[in-house]
Amino acid sequence: MDLTTLSIDAIHAGLLARQFSAEELVRATLERIERENKAIRAYLTLSPERALAQALEIDRKVRAQEPLPPLAGVPVAVKDVLSTKGVRTTCASRILERYIPPYDATAVERLEAAGASILGKTNCDEFAMGSSTENSGFFPTHNPRDLTRVPGGSSGGSAAAVAANLAAAALGSDTGGSIRQPAALTGVVGMMGTYGRVSRYGLVAFASSLDHVGPFGRTVSDVARVLGVIAGRDARDSTSADVPVPDYWVALEADVRGLKVGVPDEYFNGLSPEIGDNIQKGLDLMARLGMKVEPIRMLHTDYAIACYYIICTAEASSNLARYDGVRYGFRESGADDLREMYKKTRDHGFGAEVKRRIMLGTYVLSSGYYDAYYRKAQKVRALITRDFLEAFDKVDILVTPTSPVPAFKLGERMDDPLQMYLADIYTVTASLAGVPGISVPCGVTRSSPHLPVGMQILAKHFDEARLLRVAHAFERAGGFEVA
Amino acid sequence: MLSLTAISPEVLARYEAVIGLEVHVQLLTRSKIFCSCSTRFGDPPNSNTCPVCLGLPGALPVLNREAVTMAMKAALALNCAVHPRSRFARKNYFYPDLPKGYQISQYDEPLASAGWLDIEVAGKAKRIGVTRVHLEEDAGKSLHEGFPDSDRKSYIDLNRSGVPLIEIVSEPDLRTPEEAYDYLTRLKTLMLYLEVSNCNMEEGSLRCDANVSVRRAGRTAFGTKTEVKNLNSFKFLQKALAHEIERQIGVLEEGGEILQETRLWDSREQRTYGMRSKEFAHDYRYFPEPDLLPLVISEEWKEEVRRSMPELPEAKRARFVDQYGLGDYDAAQLTSSKALADYFEEAVRRAGEPKLSANWILSELSHLLKEAGKEIAESPVSPERLAELLALVAKGTLSGKMGKDILAEMFSTGRAASEIVAGKGFEQISDPEKIAAVGREIMAANPKQVEQYRGGKAALLGWFVGQVMKATGGRANPQLVQEILKKELGS
Repeated sequence: MDLTTLSIDAIHAGLLARQFSAEELVRATLERIERENKAIRAYLTLSPERALAQALEIDRKVRAQEPLPPLAGVPVAVKDVLSTKGVRTTCASRILERYIPPYDATAVERLEAAGASILGKTNCDEFAMGSSTENSGFFPTHNPRDLTRVPGGSSGGSAAAVAANLAAAALGSDTGGSIRQPAALTGVVGMMGTYGRVSRYGLVAFASSLDHVGPFGRTVSDVARVLGVIAGRDARDSTSADVPVPDYWVALEADVRGLKVGVPDEYFNGLSPEIGDNIQKGLDLMARLGMKVEPIRMLHTDYAIACYYIICTAEASSNLARYDGVRYGFRESGADDLREMYKKTRDHGFGAEVKRRIMLGTYVLSSGYYDAYYRKAQKVRALITRDFLEAFDKVDILVTPTSPVPAFKLGERMDDPLQMYLADIYTVTASLAGVPGISVPCGVTRSSPHLPVGMQILAKHFDEARLLRVAHAFERAGGFEVA
Repeated sequence: MLSLTAISPEVLARYEAVIGLEVHVQLLTRSKIFCSCSTRFGDPPNSNTCPVCLGLPGALPVLNREAVTMAMKAALALNCAVHPRSRFARKNYFYPDLPKGYQISQYDEPLASAGWLDIEVAGKAKRIGVTRVHLEEDAGKSLHEGFPDSDRKSYIDLNRSGVPLIEIVSEPDLRTPEEAYDYLTRLKTLMLYLEVSNCNMEEGSLRCDANVSVRRAGRTAFGTKTEVKNLNSFKFLQKALAHEIERQIGVLEEGGEILQETRLWDSREQRTYGMRSKEFAHDYRYFPEPDLLPLVISEEWKEEVRRSMPELPEAKRARFVDQYGLGDYDAAQLTSSKALADYFEEAVRRAGEPKLSANWILSELSHLLKEAGKEIAESPVSPERLAELLALVAKGTLSGKMGKDILAEMFSTGRAASEIVAGKGFEQISDPEKIAAVGREIMAANPKQVEQYRGGKAALLGWFVGQVMKATGGRANPQLVQEILKKELGS
């Protein structure tokens, strides 16, 4: 039995039946990482002791016939923007290369409390800024489906780890598409809950009003399992919502017949035709499942990218001010005075994309420009949110492509930041509106090398259960392999 | 520039100063504004810290409800409108003791605004507008001195990082350094009454900056203002303002222009000096704090706070006049601090005698406290003990003079009046027989004076009284002595 390809439910059943131990599971996954990570480079840091200690505890529980927590023995990867006590947390930035946090992020704490084994920390774009994981301050991650291509980003390491069976599930962060887009490009399931659904405590901030923590899995059921564990009110995050968390896994089985699926025209412009074909086939399948597919308009979609890049850079310019070389992380030596130390530390510690966004954000918040940029962007954000609220008066869910293109070649877009920003064109709208979204595999491109295509499904605020139900029905009907 | 002394009073009189104060008050919450770390002053550096107030990556602020309650008390006492919805904002700037690179403050939607505080100018009330009261977090402290390598390094203590502050901004309604002093004094008294701050300027729990401009008397347009910082004592405030006003007048008289800038008061050199404007030409890039929800204050919460507010100085002063029959001046003195007013009321509750209590507290006790450099709260003589002493004085058991000596001894030894009286045979001699006997002895020893008295020199009575008091060690009841001597000498 290949222990590295099991679903969470299979792991649970196998442990209870004593077909394998949690320790064997973790060791098998660590061995696979040992063999395959060299080519994929999904991980930045491994934490085998921590993973094994947890596994031994689970095995003790199995022997003592104690009840097993929901993620018992599940080997998971964590994006390196989530704080892990005693395990270095770099945000894939040179400026935090040696930073070891004294505390765990809430999502990490909840994963471990639910029995999961944390294998290590995954690569990403520096401070989650990027769409290809090439902006990592250390090295790019390769797409397991085609090693010459990017895995998407910024959570490319987590997506690649799950796609290559280097973890059963993973945590990522999504600010403008950073879970959904790499899920699409690597052919796995990735989900962002409603803003406030999962605590951000311990998620290193990029753009606080847009940042989400969310799961990657190989099946919708696995994603539902992980989301159920990490979701819910956290007193340490004032923006986390005090809304009850339903049992997502139980909700998967409910009927989808009669649900209304809105397909916004605006999301099908400038699309790679191959992607459009697959999404159409996916929609046909949904219709066959008894859902009512209908076109819908989302009038402010065109403004989303501009609006998003103003808000996220503004917040980033402030959030990243703390990396100044004074208290922790990298400090450039040899500066004559404080100013010089700040300048050199930040100049050498941050990569080009991070510096670009700090400069953009500083500019849009500057006195005299605030109204023209930041305030206006907030107004546009409200209009985009209204588009969604109005759409969900008419339909139950929205379906769009996740990414306009399949995985592109490493290096292909690095010299064209604007082109890179457009990779998020279908994902930023939900981020701005704060509604939940999931990307599920929707076949592969017709032409070689047959790259994964992702379908994005969006629902109204706190309607994750319905989102997962539709995704699950789609998966069970063979939607992941439409052709 | 004209030297300051060169500006004549006539020239000064042609100008009017316009002053507004920005006062930072540290709130007395037990924990910090956005985390549960202790706010205790004087603990070992960086011991009261956590990921939140250290600004570690990923940590998030959670608002302390008690800080809001205290800020609301201050705002309501300053007659401000407390807004049902206010918002936190980030004030962005780099400084080593500011761990996040921004301070969480309030900007365009403050907690409260449009209030006032009455001060007194030439015996009349003058209303000073309070523009706004808002909540914010304090920064840490940079330590540039006191370490072996202080010539090369600075140290940072983040215990203060995240301690709650309110900023109280006045309207530019103050016209003289004296008015500014009175405003700050009354503001401090109010905060102490509310028990929202200890307002200790040395520890930095009360800090004051001033916006100062001058204009020709009679004009209504404002002149260019400077911001004077570092006014961290009541004494400096007046001096610094007087200096800055004269400096500005000097510049204008010479035909110069006032530069809008930040100036620091240097108490050693007794002058303000401009800070390099480049260093302080900040664009703080305020924007709403996305990590905190808007602060929503319900009508119920506001009412609950209002109900929990103590009696404020003005109301207390009026009540002291009414209830205890005190004069305006005494009532104002006694209510100048809540601790003093409480002391007085406790003494009266036990001894009755409000007027006597007021006199003794404001003269004898205050004098002893001042000499010892102590505050009323630190008085070695408790109000209960003072009441006991005053009861003896009121009954006539002790003379005023004896009472004062005993109070001094109570103050220095911490013992009770009854103990001291018993131990020293301090009790007053009120037995007429005893007094008469002493009187007769003195008369026998001084026949010449007796003769002169009887010959019409009535003023000598005082001399005889003095002799009796001396002979009894001051313990004889002086009134009785006078009566008895009159009788004895007259016969």
